[in-house]
Amino acid sequence: LRKNVEDFTGPRERSDLGFVTFDITADILNGKNGMVFSLTRIHLQSIFDWNVKQLFLYLSAEYSTKNNALNQVVLWDKIMLRGDNPRLFLKDMKSKYFFFDDGNGLKGNRNITLTLSWNVVPNAGILPLVTGSGHVSVPFPDTYETTKSY
Amino acid sequence: GAAARPDMDLLGDLRRMNKRQLYYQVLNFAMIVSSALMIWKGLIVITGSESPIVVVLSGSMEPAFHRGDLLFLTNFHDDPIRAGEIVVFKVEGRDIPIVHRVIKVHEKGNGNIKFLTKGDNNEVDDRGLYKEGQNWLEKKDVVGRARGFLPYVGMVTIIMNDYPKFKYALLAVMGAYVLLKRES
Repeated sequence: LRKNVEDFTGPRERSDLGFVTFDITADILNGKNGMVFSLTRIHLQSIFDWNVKQLFLYLSAEYSTKNNALNQVVLWDKIMLRGDNPRLFLKDMKSKYFFFDDGNGLKGNRNITLTLSWNVVPNAGILPLVTGSGHVSVPFPDTYETTKSY
Repeated sequence: GAAARPDMDLLGDLRRMNKRQLYYQVLNFAMIVSSALMIWKGLIVITGSESPIVVVLSGSMEPAFHRGDLLFLTNFHDDPIRAGEIVVFKVEGRDIPIVHRVIKVHEKGNGNIKFLTKGDNNEVDDRGLYKEGQNWLEKKDVVGRARGFLPYVGMVTIIMNDYPKFKYALLAVMGAYVLLKRES
């Protein structure tokens, strides 16, 4: 986990940019709801019944800063269709989207929580959002990286 | 005295009855239209959304939603906007509502919230769709949160939009049916 100060995708002020790498191992079995999540292993117990067309999985970072009481940033997402291989072995994943803060709140922030959630898209009916029961806390260091070795 | 001719009487009766029946049918039709409007207004009140049912117009949320799918929205004031939710919003100054997913949320202690959206099927986020110089959406831009969905059903609306002749034909058929239907 490193940090850098850059800006180019949005507002023209300087904001903190965070870099996170992670491993995801997901194993979807047949059963009822429930989830265990650690940075290297995710165990999604299945909700793929007859009325589930796909799951939209997303890894989001949630944290609090001086500027904003609540921040949520989606780092990575994946669409899992019914019938797809329910086992994911993803190592050393880089976040798909830039982890920009709205301001400089990532420096020294000790309490960034990563959670895996998913949106169940049915063939017809309700669209629930489910958050996994585990989460991982990730601290950012107090200093910026000066070299961009991403 | 002389009586009126029986067939003339019968004709007169028929003409009178037809007029009454016509008024009755028109009132019936008006009642159906009013009821439909009341149900729609009721939905607006219950869901808190100005447009509780919307039709998906583009493919930017595929494979979840396709053009022609129907979405049911709620817009409760106390529902916080959170990452991962599917929101329907309107860009200031534009009429067309857009259905995309929230990917970034920054909320202040006082409840002030700004967020960024992106279509699942798009490569980039929606900043290119927002107004010139606008980088975030706010609560006031939200028409509603997608809570439920039905596939294909909204295609009728799209066809009526793209082929107005079809719309008029459909209305004419519906009108004729209601006006000519005989109450037993």
